[in-house]
Amino acid sequence: MKRAYDILIAGGGIVGAACADELARRGADVCVVEAECAGSGATAAGMGHVVVMDDSEAQFALNHCSQQLWNELREALPENCEFDGCGTLWAAADEEEMNEARRKADHYAARGVAAEILDSAALAEAEPNLRPGLAGALFVPGDSVVFAPCVAKWLLDRAMENGATLITGKRIVELRSDGAVLNDGSIISAKRMVNAAGSLAPQLTPGIPVRPRKGHIVVTDRYPGFVRHHITELGYLKNAHASDRDSVSFVVQRRMTGQVLLGSSRQFDVTDAAIEPGILARMIQRALEYMPGLGQLNTIRCWAGFRAATPDNLPLIGPHPTRENLWLATGHEGLGITMAPGTGRLLADLMLDGEALIDPAPYLPARFANSEARHG
Amino acid sequence: MADAKRNGIKVWVNGAELSVPPDCTAAAAVARAGVTMHRRSVEGHARGPLCGMGVCMECRVTINGELHQRGCQTLCMDGMRIETAEVASDA
Ligand SMILES: Cc1cc2nc3c(=O)[nH]c(=O)nc-3n(C[C@H](O)[C@H](O)[C@H](O)COP(=O)(O)OP(=O)(O)OC[C@H]3O[C@@H](n4cnc5c(N)ncnc54)[C@H](O)[C@@H]3O)c2cc1C
Ligand code: FES
Repeated sequence: MKRAYDILIAGGGIVGAACADELARRGADVCVVEAECAGSGATAAGMGHVVVMDDSEAQFALNHCSQQLWNELREALPENCEFDGCGTLWAAADEEEMNEARRKADHYAARGVAAEILDSAALAEAEPNLRPGLAGALFVPGDSVVFAPCVAKWLLDRAMENGATLITGKRIVELRSDGAVLNDGSIISAKRMVNAAGSLAPQLTPGIPVRPRKGHIVVTDRYPGFVRHHITELGYLKNAHASDRDSVSFVVQRRMTGQVLLGSSRQFDVTDAAIEPGILARMIQRALEYMPGLGQLNTIRCWAGFRAATPDNLPLIGPHPTRENLWLATGHEGLGITMAPGTGRLLADLMLDGEALIDPAPYLPARFANSEARHG
Repeated sequence: MADAKRNGIKVWVNGAELSVPPDCTAAAAVARAGVTMHRRSVEGHARGPLCGMGVCMECRVTINGELHQRGCQTLCMDGMRIETAEVASDA
Protein backbone atom coordinates (compact mmCIF):
# COMPACT_ATOMS: atom_id res chain seq x y z
CA MET A 1 0.00 0.00 0.00
CA LYS A 2 2.72 2.43 0.98
CA ARG A 3 4.64 3.99 -1.88
CA ALA A 4 7.63 6.24 -2.06
CA TYR A 5 7.02 9.65 -3.58
CA ASP A 6 9.63 11.07 -5.92
CA ILE A 7 9.74 14.28 -3.92
CA LEU A 8 8.40 15.30 -0.52
CA ILE A 9 8.07 19.04 0.16
CA ALA A 10 8.03 20.28 3.75
CA GLY A 11 5.87 23.41 3.85
CA GLY A 12 2.94 24.66 1.78
CA GLY A 13 3.70 28.38 1.88
CA ILE A 14 4.04 30.15 -1.44
CA VAL A 15 7.55 28.80 -2.00
CA GLY A 16 6.62 25.17 -1.29
CA ALA A 17 3.50 25.64 -3.41
CA ALA A 18 5.43 27.07 -6.36
CA CYS A 19 7.94 24.21 -6.15
CA ALA A 20 5.14 21.62 -6.00
CA ASP A 21 3.40 23.20 -8.97
CA GLU A 22 6.51 23.26 -11.11
CA LEU A 23 7.68 19.75 -10.14
CA ALA A 24 4.24 18.17 -10.62
CA ARG A 25 3.80 19.85 -14.00
CA ARG A 26 6.99 18.17 -15.14
CA GLY A 27 5.72 14.80 -14.07
CA ALA A 28 7.31 14.27 -10.66
CA ASP A 29 5.25 12.41 -8.05
CA VAL A 30 5.11 15.05 -5.32
CA CYS A 31 3.77 15.12 -1.77
CA VAL A 32 3.48 18.38 0.19
CA VAL A 33 3.18 18.26 3.97
CA GLU A 34 1.91 21.48 5.53
CA ALA A 35 1.54 21.80 9.29
CA GLU A 36 -1.27 24.34 9.15
CA CYS A 37 -3.12 25.06 5.92
CA ALA A 38 -2.13 26.00 2.38
CA GLY A 39 -0.46 29.41 2.34
CA SER A 40 0.10 29.96 6.04
CA GLY A 41 3.43 31.02 7.57
CA ALA A 42 5.02 34.20 6.26
CA THR A 43 2.93 33.85 3.12
CA ALA A 44 -0.18 34.77 5.09
CA ALA A 45 1.63 37.57 6.93
CA GLY A 46 3.39 39.37 4.09
CA MET A 47 2.36 42.33 1.96
CA GLY A 48 2.35 40.48 -1.35
CA HIS A 49 4.42 43.09 -3.13
CA VAL A 50 5.90 41.65 -6.31
CA VAL A 51 8.88 43.93 -6.71
CA VAL A 52 12.08 43.97 -8.70
CA MET A 53 14.90 44.82 -6.28
CA ASP A 54 18.46 45.65 -7.13
CA ASP A 55 20.49 45.15 -3.94
CA SER A 56 22.68 42.72 -5.87
CA GLU A 57 22.84 41.29 -9.39
CA ALA A 58 21.88 37.85 -8.11
CA GLN A 59 18.87 39.25 -6.27
CA PHE A 60 17.86 41.15 -9.38
CA ALA A 61 18.20 38.10 -11.64
CA LEU A 62 15.88 35.92 -9.56
CA ASN A 63 13.43 38.79 -8.97
CA HIS A 64 13.33 39.73 -12.61
CA CYS A 65 12.75 36.24 -13.94
CA SER A 66 10.14 35.72 -11.21
CA GLN A 67 8.34 38.87 -12.20
CA GLN A 68 8.14 37.64 -15.78
CA LEU A 69 6.70 34.37 -14.49
CA TRP A 70 4.18 36.33 -12.40
CA ASN A 71 3.08 38.17 -15.49
CA GLU A 72 2.55 34.83 -17.23
CA LEU A 73 0.51 33.59 -14.26
CA ARG A 74 -1.55 36.74 -14.12
CA GLU A 75 -4.16 35.72 -16.70
CA ALA A 76 -4.74 32.35 -15.08
CA LEU A 77 -5.02 33.58 -11.47
CA PRO A 78 -8.54 33.66 -10.05
CA GLU A 79 -9.98 36.91 -8.73
CA ASN A 80 -9.36 36.05 -5.08
CA CYS A 81 -5.61 36.26 -5.75
CA GLU A 82 -6.14 40.02 -6.21
CA PHE A 83 -3.39 40.58 -8.76
CA ASP A 84 -3.06 44.35 -8.96
CA GLY A 85 -0.55 45.85 -11.39
CA CYS A 86 -0.40 49.11 -9.45
CA GLY A 87 3.37 49.64 -9.65
CA THR A 88 5.80 50.83 -6.97
CA LEU A 89 6.51 54.40 -5.96
CA TRP A 90 9.87 54.76 -4.21
CA ALA A 91 9.34 58.00 -2.32
CA ALA A 92 12.31 60.35 -1.91
CA ALA A 93 12.20 62.77 1.01
CA ASP A 94 15.19 64.92 0.03
CA GLU A 95 17.85 65.50 -2.63
CA GLU A 96 20.07 62.71 -1.34
CA GLU A 97 17.25 60.23 -1.76
CA MET A 98 16.41 61.72 -5.15
CA ASN A 99 19.96 60.88 -6.23
CA GLU A 100 19.32 57.33 -5.14
CA ALA A 101 16.06 57.34 -7.13
CA ARG A 102 18.01 58.45 -10.21
CA ARG A 103 20.69 55.83 -9.65
CA LYS A 104 18.01 53.18 -9.33
CA ALA A 105 16.28 54.44 -12.48
CA ASP A 106 19.49 54.13 -14.50
CA HIS A 107 20.21 50.74 -13.00
CA TYR A 108 16.77 49.45 -13.98
CA ALA A 109 16.88 51.05 -17.43
CA ALA A 110 20.19 49.31 -18.14
CA ARG A 111 18.48 46.00 -17.32
CA GLY A 112 15.32 46.51 -19.31
CA VAL A 113 13.01 47.43 -16.40
CA ALA A 114 10.80 50.45 -17.04
CA ALA A 115 11.18 53.19 -14.44
CA GLU A 116 10.26 56.85 -14.37
CA ILE A 117 11.38 59.77 -12.19
CA LEU A 118 8.57 61.88 -10.73
CA ASP A 119 9.29 65.36 -9.42
CA SER A 120 7.70 66.74 -6.28
CA ALA A 121 4.55 67.99 -8.03
CA ALA A 122 4.07 64.80 -10.04
CA LEU A 123 4.39 62.75 -6.86
CA ALA A 124 1.82 64.91 -5.08
CA GLU A 125 -0.55 64.36 -7.98
CA ALA A 126 0.06 60.62 -8.05
CA GLU A 127 -0.46 60.25 -4.28
CA PRO A 128 -2.37 63.22 -2.85
CA ASN A 129 -2.28 61.84 0.70
CA LEU A 130 1.50 61.94 0.94
CA ARG A 131 2.84 64.87 2.94
CA PRO A 132 3.51 67.88 0.72
CA GLY A 133 7.09 68.78 0.03
CA LEU A 134 8.62 65.38 -0.65
CA ALA A 135 11.41 65.64 -3.20
CA GLY A 136 9.90 63.18 -5.68
CA ALA A 137 9.86 59.51 -6.45
CA LEU A 138 10.90 56.70 -8.70
CA PHE A 139 7.89 55.01 -10.30
CA VAL A 140 8.29 51.38 -11.36
CA PRO A 141 5.11 50.54 -13.27
CA GLY A 142 5.84 46.84 -13.80
CA ASP A 143 5.66 45.91 -10.09
CA SER A 144 2.45 44.55 -8.70
CA VAL A 145 0.64 43.32 -5.61
CA VAL A 146 -0.97 39.93 -4.99
CA PHE A 147 -2.85 38.17 -2.20
CA ALA A 148 -0.25 35.50 -1.57
CA PRO A 149 -2.15 32.93 0.55
CA CYS A 150 -4.73 32.50 -2.19
CA VAL A 151 -1.99 32.21 -4.81
CA ALA A 152 -0.33 29.48 -2.71
CA LYS A 153 -3.63 27.63 -2.42
CA TRP A 154 -4.22 27.95 -6.16
CA LEU A 155 -0.71 26.69 -7.00
CA LEU A 156 -1.22 23.70 -4.68
CA ASP A 157 -4.59 22.96 -6.28
CA ARG A 158 -2.93 23.02 -9.69
CA ALA A 159 -0.18 20.73 -8.43
CA MET A 160 -2.86 18.31 -7.23
CA GLU A 161 -4.52 18.41 -10.64
CA ASN A 162 -1.16 17.25 -11.90
CA GLY A 163 -1.12 14.37 -9.47
CA ALA A 164 0.48 15.86 -6.37
CA THR A 165 -0.66 14.90 -2.86
CA LEU A 166 -1.25 17.52 -0.18
CA ILE A 167 -1.33 16.65 3.50
CA THR A 168 -2.38 19.50 5.78
CA GLY A 169 -2.65 19.76 9.54
CA LYS A 170 0.29 17.47 10.17
CA ARG A 171 3.72 18.62 11.21
CA ILE A 172 6.92 16.99 10.09
CA VAL A 173 8.99 16.18 13.16
CA GLU A 174 11.95 14.70 11.32
CA LEU A 175 13.23 14.93 7.77
CA ARG A 176 15.26 11.84 6.92
CA SER A 177 17.14 10.79 3.81
CA ASP A 178 14.32 8.43 2.83
CA GLY A 179 11.24 10.31 3.97
CA ALA A 180 9.65 12.21 6.81
CA VAL A 181 8.21 11.39 10.20
CA LEU A 182 4.98 13.24 11.00
CA ASN A 183 3.73 14.29 14.41
CA ASP A 184 1.11 11.52 14.41
CA GLY A 185 3.90 8.97 14.09
CA SER A 186 3.21 8.15 10.46
CA ILE A 187 6.04 7.98 7.96
CA ILE A 188 5.94 9.32 4.41
CA SER A 189 8.54 7.72 2.17
CA ALA A 190 10.18 9.70 -0.58
CA LYS A 191 13.32 9.60 -2.68
CA ARG A 192 14.17 13.25 -2.18
CA MET A 193 13.04 15.88 0.34
CA VAL A 194 12.70 19.65 -0.09
CA ASN A 195 12.78 21.80 3.02
CA ALA A 196 10.48 24.74 2.18
CA ALA A 197 9.46 25.45 5.77
CA GLY A 198 10.25 29.17 5.59
CA SER A 199 11.64 30.64 8.80
CA LEU A 200 11.04 27.29 10.53
CA ALA A 201 13.35 25.47 8.11
CA PRO A 202 16.25 25.21 10.63
CA GLN A 203 14.02 23.14 12.94
CA LEU A 204 13.98 20.44 10.27
CA THR A 205 17.52 20.99 9.02
CA PRO A 206 19.64 22.27 11.90
CA GLY A 207 22.70 24.26 10.96
CA ILE A 208 21.39 26.05 7.88
CA PRO A 209 22.07 29.80 8.04
CA VAL A 210 18.44 30.98 8.33
CA ARG A 211 17.27 33.33 11.07
CA PRO A 212 13.68 34.42 11.68
CA ARG A 213 13.20 38.15 11.15
CA LYS A 214 9.97 39.45 12.56
CA GLY A 215 7.78 41.99 10.80
CA HIS A 216 4.55 43.77 11.76
CA ILE A 217 1.70 44.76 9.44
CA VAL A 218 -1.42 46.85 9.99
CA VAL A 219 -4.53 46.72 7.82
CA THR A 220 -7.20 49.41 7.74
CA ASP A 221 -10.84 49.44 6.88
CA ARG A 222 -11.84 50.15 3.26
CA TYR A 223 -10.90 53.58 1.96
CA PRO A 224 -10.90 53.30 -1.83
CA GLY A 225 -8.49 55.72 -3.47
CA PHE A 226 -6.68 56.78 -0.30
CA VAL A 227 -3.50 55.08 -1.55
CA ARG A 228 -3.03 54.36 -5.24
CA HIS A 229 0.21 52.36 -5.50
CA HIS A 230 2.59 50.38 -3.38
CA ILE A 231 4.73 53.11 -1.80
CA THR A 232 8.08 52.50 -0.11
CA GLU A 233 10.33 55.18 1.33
CA LEU A 234 13.86 55.43 -0.02
CA GLY A 235 14.87 56.52 3.48
CA TYR A 236 15.61 52.92 4.36
CA LEU A 237 19.05 53.75 3.03
CA LYS A 238 19.65 55.98 6.03
CA ASN A 239 17.95 54.01 8.76
CA ALA A 240 19.01 50.64 10.05
CA HIS A 241 16.86 48.57 7.73
CA ALA A 242 19.79 46.76 6.24
CA SER A 243 21.54 46.09 9.54
CA ASP A 244 20.97 43.72 12.42
CA ARG A 245 19.27 46.35 14.59
CA ASP A 246 15.51 46.65 15.04
CA SER A 247 14.20 49.01 12.41
CA VAL A 248 11.05 50.43 10.89
CA SER A 249 10.35 51.99 7.55
CA PHE A 250 7.38 53.49 5.76
CA VAL A 251 5.64 51.09 3.41
CA VAL A 252 2.02 51.51 2.42
CA GLN A 253 0.02 49.60 -0.12
CA ARG A 254 -3.40 49.76 -1.70
CA ARG A 255 -5.45 46.59 -1.79
CA MET A 256 -8.08 45.80 -4.37
CA THR A 257 -10.64 45.90 -1.53
CA GLY A 258 -9.87 49.56 -0.84
CA GLN A 259 -8.04 48.57 2.34
CA VAL A 260 -4.63 50.00 3.14
CA LEU A 261 -1.78 47.75 4.27
CA LEU A 262 0.85 49.44 6.38
CA GLY A 263 4.36 48.16 7.14
CA SER A 264 6.97 47.46 8.08
CA SER A 265 9.30 46.48 10.88
CA ARG A 266 12.34 44.22 11.08
CA GLN A 267 13.56 42.46 14.22
CA PHE A 268 15.98 39.64 14.75
CA ASP A 269 16.13 37.38 17.81
CA VAL A 270 12.41 37.32 18.54
CA THR A 271 10.44 34.14 17.97
CA ASP A 272 7.16 35.15 19.59
CA ALA A 273 4.62 36.32 16.99
CA ALA A 274 2.81 38.55 19.51
CA ILE A 275 2.24 42.17 18.53
CA GLU A 276 4.82 44.44 20.17
CA PRO A 277 3.30 47.85 20.85
CA GLY A 278 6.69 49.57 21.06
CA ILE A 279 7.91 48.77 17.58
CA LEU A 280 4.39 48.98 16.17
CA ALA A 281 4.13 52.53 17.49
CA ARG A 282 7.48 53.42 15.88
CA MET A 283 6.30 51.96 12.60
CA ILE A 284 3.04 53.90 12.65
CA GLN A 285 4.85 57.08 13.68
CA ARG A 286 7.14 56.71 10.69
CA ALA A 287 4.16 56.21 8.39
CA LEU A 288 2.44 59.32 9.77
CA GLU A 289 5.51 61.40 8.91
CA TYR A 290 4.96 60.48 5.27
CA MET A 291 1.17 60.18 5.19
CA PRO A 292 -0.42 62.18 8.03
CA GLY A 293 -3.98 61.33 6.93
CA LEU A 294 -3.40 57.71 7.86
CA GLY A 295 -4.07 58.82 11.43
CA GLN A 296 -7.76 59.32 10.59
CA LEU A 297 -8.28 55.81 9.23
CA ASN A 298 -9.69 52.91 11.23
CA THR A 299 -7.36 49.99 11.75
CA ILE A 300 -9.10 46.66 11.77
CA ARG A 301 -6.24 44.30 12.54
CA CYS A 302 -2.50 43.99 12.99
CA TRP A 303 -0.27 40.96 13.04
CA ALA A 304 3.33 39.86 12.83
CA GLY A 305 5.12 37.20 10.79
CA PHE A 306 8.62 35.90 10.23
CA ARG A 307 10.86 36.29 7.22
CA ALA A 308 13.59 33.70 6.71
CA ALA A 309 16.78 35.77 6.63
CA THR A 310 20.19 34.60 5.38
CA PRO A 311 23.58 36.28 5.93
CA ASP A 312 23.91 37.42 2.30
CA ASN A 313 20.24 38.26 1.72
CA LEU A 314 19.89 35.61 -0.98
CA PRO A 315 17.73 32.50 -0.71
CA LEU A 316 18.94 28.93 -0.35
CA ILE A 317 17.86 26.97 -3.43
CA GLY A 318 19.46 23.64 -4.25
CA PRO A 319 20.91 20.54 -2.66
CA HIS A 320 22.04 20.59 0.96
CA PRO A 321 25.85 20.53 0.87
CA THR A 322 26.22 17.44 3.02
CA ARG A 323 22.91 15.73 3.73
CA GLU A 324 21.85 13.07 1.29
CA ASN A 325 18.63 13.50 -0.71
CA LEU A 326 17.87 16.79 0.99
CA TRP A 327 17.16 19.99 -0.93
CA LEU A 328 16.46 23.50 0.34
CA ALA A 329 14.07 26.18 -0.89
CA THR A 330 13.99 28.83 1.81
CA GLY A 331 15.76 31.96 3.05
CA HIS A 332 13.90 34.51 0.89
CA GLU A 333 13.73 37.16 3.66
CA GLY A 334 11.33 39.91 2.53
CA LEU A 335 11.05 38.79 -1.08
CA GLY A 336 9.72 35.25 -0.98
CA ILE A 337 6.38 36.10 -2.53
CA THR A 338 8.10 37.89 -5.39
CA MET A 339 10.66 35.13 -5.89
CA ALA A 340 8.39 32.10 -5.44
CA PRO A 341 7.74 31.41 -9.15
CA GLY A 342 11.43 31.72 -10.04
CA THR A 343 12.36 29.54 -7.08
CA GLY A 344 9.93 26.82 -8.17
CA ARG A 345 11.27 26.95 -11.69
CA LEU A 346 14.91 26.91 -10.64
CA LEU A 347 14.45 24.08 -8.15
CA ALA A 348 12.62 21.96 -10.71
CA ASP A 349 15.32 22.74 -13.28
CA LEU A 350 17.99 21.57 -10.86
CA MET A 351 16.14 18.53 -9.53
CA LEU A 352 14.75 17.19 -12.80
CA ASP A 353 16.50 18.58 -15.85
CA GLY A 354 19.90 19.68 -14.71
CA GLU A 355 19.68 22.76 -16.92
CA ALA A 356 18.69 26.00 -15.23
CA LEU A 357 16.73 29.02 -16.40
CA ILE A 358 19.21 31.36 -14.69
CA ASP A 359 22.64 30.78 -13.17
CA PRO A 360 21.85 28.89 -9.93
CA ALA A 361 25.27 29.41 -8.35
CA PRO A 362 24.46 32.45 -6.15
CA TYR A 363 21.56 30.61 -4.48
CA LEU A 364 23.18 27.21 -3.93
CA PRO A 365 23.33 26.31 -0.22
CA ALA A 366 26.87 25.06 -0.80
CA ARG A 367 28.08 28.67 -0.59
CA PHE A 368 27.75 28.39 3.20
CA ALA A 369 29.25 24.90 3.45
CA ASN A 370 32.33 26.09 5.32
CA SER A 371 30.62 28.27 7.88
CA GLU A 372 28.17 25.45 8.57
CA ALA A 373 30.96 23.03 9.27
CA ARG A 374 32.32 25.56 11.76
CA HIS A 375 29.02 26.11 13.51
CA GLY A 376 28.04 22.47 13.45
CA MET B 1 -43.56 73.43 21.06
CA ALA B 2 -42.23 71.72 24.11
CA ASP B 3 -40.05 70.03 21.52
CA ALA B 4 -38.45 73.25 20.39
CA LYS B 5 -35.79 73.00 23.08
CA ARG B 6 -35.45 69.26 22.86
CA ASN B 7 -35.15 69.18 19.08
CA GLY B 8 -32.39 71.67 19.10
CA ILE B 9 -29.86 70.24 16.67
CA LYS B 10 -30.09 70.19 12.93
CA VAL B 11 -28.45 67.33 11.05
CA TRP B 12 -28.68 65.87 7.57
CA VAL B 13 -29.29 62.17 6.97
CA ASN B 14 -28.69 61.20 3.35
CA GLY B 15 -29.35 64.80 2.36
CA ALA B 16 -32.62 65.17 4.27
CA GLU B 17 -32.70 67.75 7.04
CA LEU B 18 -33.73 66.55 10.49
CA SER B 19 -34.03 68.05 13.97
CA VAL B 20 -32.74 65.94 16.83
CA PRO B 21 -32.44 66.49 20.58
CA PRO B 22 -29.07 67.16 22.19
CA ASP B 23 -27.27 63.96 23.18
CA CYS B 24 -28.77 62.22 20.16
CA THR B 25 -26.31 59.83 18.53
CA ALA B 26 -25.83 59.68 14.80
CA ALA B 27 -27.27 56.15 14.87
CA ALA B 28 -30.40 57.46 16.57
CA ALA B 29 -30.64 60.26 14.02
CA VAL B 30 -30.49 57.70 11.22
CA ALA B 31 -33.27 55.74 12.89
CA ARG B 32 -35.34 58.88 13.31
CA ALA B 33 -34.93 59.53 9.61
CA GLY B 34 -36.53 56.12 8.99
CA VAL B 35 -33.37 54.56 7.59
CA THR B 36 -32.50 51.07 8.84
CA MET B 37 -29.47 50.12 6.78
CA HIS B 38 -26.26 51.89 7.81
CA ARG B 39 -23.86 50.11 5.51
CA ARG B 40 -23.34 47.02 3.41
CA SER B 41 -21.11 44.13 4.39
CA VAL B 42 -18.24 43.07 2.15
CA GLU B 43 -20.62 40.65 0.47
CA GLY B 44 -23.30 43.27 0.03
CA HIS B 45 -25.63 42.44 2.91
CA ALA B 46 -27.48 45.19 4.77
CA ARG B 47 -26.01 46.12 8.16
CA GLY B 48 -27.24 48.31 10.98
CA PRO B 49 -26.60 48.97 14.67
CA LEU B 50 -26.30 45.81 16.74
CA CYS B 51 -24.52 46.31 20.04
CA GLY B 52 -25.14 50.00 20.54
CA MET B 53 -21.95 50.28 22.54
CA GLY B 54 -19.13 50.70 20.07
CA VAL B 55 -17.96 47.14 19.79
CA CYS B 56 -19.56 45.48 16.77
CA MET B 57 -18.73 48.16 14.18
CA GLU B 58 -21.96 47.38 12.31
CA CYS B 59 -23.37 50.89 12.65
CA ARG B 60 -20.67 52.60 10.60
CA VAL B 61 -21.74 55.58 8.51
CA THR B 62 -19.99 58.41 6.73
CA ILE B 63 -19.96 61.54 8.86
CA ASN B 64 -18.99 64.86 7.34
CA GLY B 65 -17.24 62.95 4.56
CA GLU B 66 -15.26 60.68 6.88
CA LEU B 67 -15.82 57.02 6.13
CA HIS B 68 -16.48 54.30 8.71
CA GLN B 69 -17.57 56.37 11.72
CA ARG B 70 -19.51 54.48 14.36
CA GLY B 71 -23.00 55.97 14.47
CA CYS B 72 -23.68 54.73 17.99
CA GLN B 73 -20.57 56.43 19.38
CA THR B 74 -20.90 59.77 17.66
CA LEU B 75 -23.03 62.55 19.14
CA CYS B 76 -24.91 64.73 16.69
CA MET B 77 -23.56 68.21 16.18
CA ASP B 78 -25.34 71.05 14.51
CA GLY B 79 -24.97 70.82 10.73
CA MET B 80 -23.57 67.29 10.79
CA ARG B 81 -23.94 65.32 7.56
CA ILE B 82 -24.57 61.63 7.99
CA GLU B 83 -24.60 59.28 5.05
CA THR B 84 -25.55 55.64 5.00
CA ALA B 85 -24.77 52.99 2.43
CA GLU B 86 -27.30 54.06 -0.19
CA VAL B 87 -25.49 57.34 -0.52
CA ALA B 88 -21.94 56.89 0.76
CA SER B 89 -19.41 56.43 -2.01
CA ASP B 90 -18.01 53.20 -0.57
CA ALA B 91 -21.40 51.49 -0.50
C1 LIG C 1 5.73 41.45 7.47
C2 LIG C 1 6.19 40.79 6.21
C3 LIG C 1 6.02 41.44 4.99
C4 LIG C 1 6.43 40.83 3.81
N1 LIG C 1 6.19 41.47 2.62
C5 LIG C 1 6.58 40.86 1.47
C6 LIG C 1 6.31 41.48 0.21
O1 LIG C 1 5.67 42.53 0.14
N2 LIG C 1 6.77 40.87 -0.92
C7 LIG C 1 7.44 39.69 -0.89
O2 LIG C 1 7.85 39.19 -1.94
N3 LIG C 1 7.69 39.07 0.29
C8 LIG C 1 7.27 39.63 1.46
N4 LIG C 1 7.54 39.03 2.66
C9 LIG C 1 8.29 37.79 2.65
C10 LIG C 1 7.41 36.63 2.26
O3 LIG C 1 6.21 36.65 3.01
C11 LIG C 1 8.15 35.32 2.51
O4 LIG C 1 9.44 35.38 1.97
C12 LIG C 1 7.42 34.15 1.87
O5 LIG C 1 6.07 34.11 2.25
C13 LIG C 1 8.12 32.86 2.23
O6 LIG C 1 7.34 31.79 1.79
P1 LIG C 1 7.73 30.34 2.24
O7 LIG C 1 6.78 29.43 1.57
O8 LIG C 1 9.19 30.11 2.05
O9 LIG C 1 7.55 30.34 3.82
P2 LIG C 1 6.21 30.38 4.69
O10 LIG C 1 5.17 31.18 4.03
O11 LIG C 1 6.61 30.74 6.06
O12 LIG C 1 5.72 28.89 4.62
C14 LIG C 1 6.34 27.87 5.32
C15 LIG C 1 5.28 26.84 5.60
O13 LIG C 1 5.87 25.70 6.16
C16 LIG C 1 5.03 25.19 7.16
N5 LIG C 1 5.87 24.43 8.07
C17 LIG C 1 6.85 24.90 8.87
N6 LIG C 1 7.41 23.90 9.56
C18 LIG C 1 6.76 22.76 9.19
C19 LIG C 1 6.87 21.39 9.58
N7 LIG C 1 7.76 21.00 10.48
N8 LIG C 1 6.04 20.49 9.00
C20 LIG C 1 5.13 20.89 8.06
N9 LIG C 1 4.98 22.18 7.68
C21 LIG C 1 5.79 23.10 8.23
C22 LIG C 1 4.43 26.42 7.79
O14 LIG C 1 3.20 26.12 8.41
C23 LIG C 1 4.26 27.35 6.60
O15 LIG C 1 2.97 27.27 6.02
C24 LIG C 1 7.09 39.58 3.84
C25 LIG C 1 7.25 38.94 5.06
C26 LIG C 1 6.80 39.51 6.24
C27 LIG C 1 6.96 38.77 7.53
S1 FES D 1 -23.87 49.42 17.10
FE1 FES D 1 -22.16 48.17 17.54
S2 FES D 1 -20.54 49.58 17.30
FE2 FES D 1 -22.26 50.81 16.95
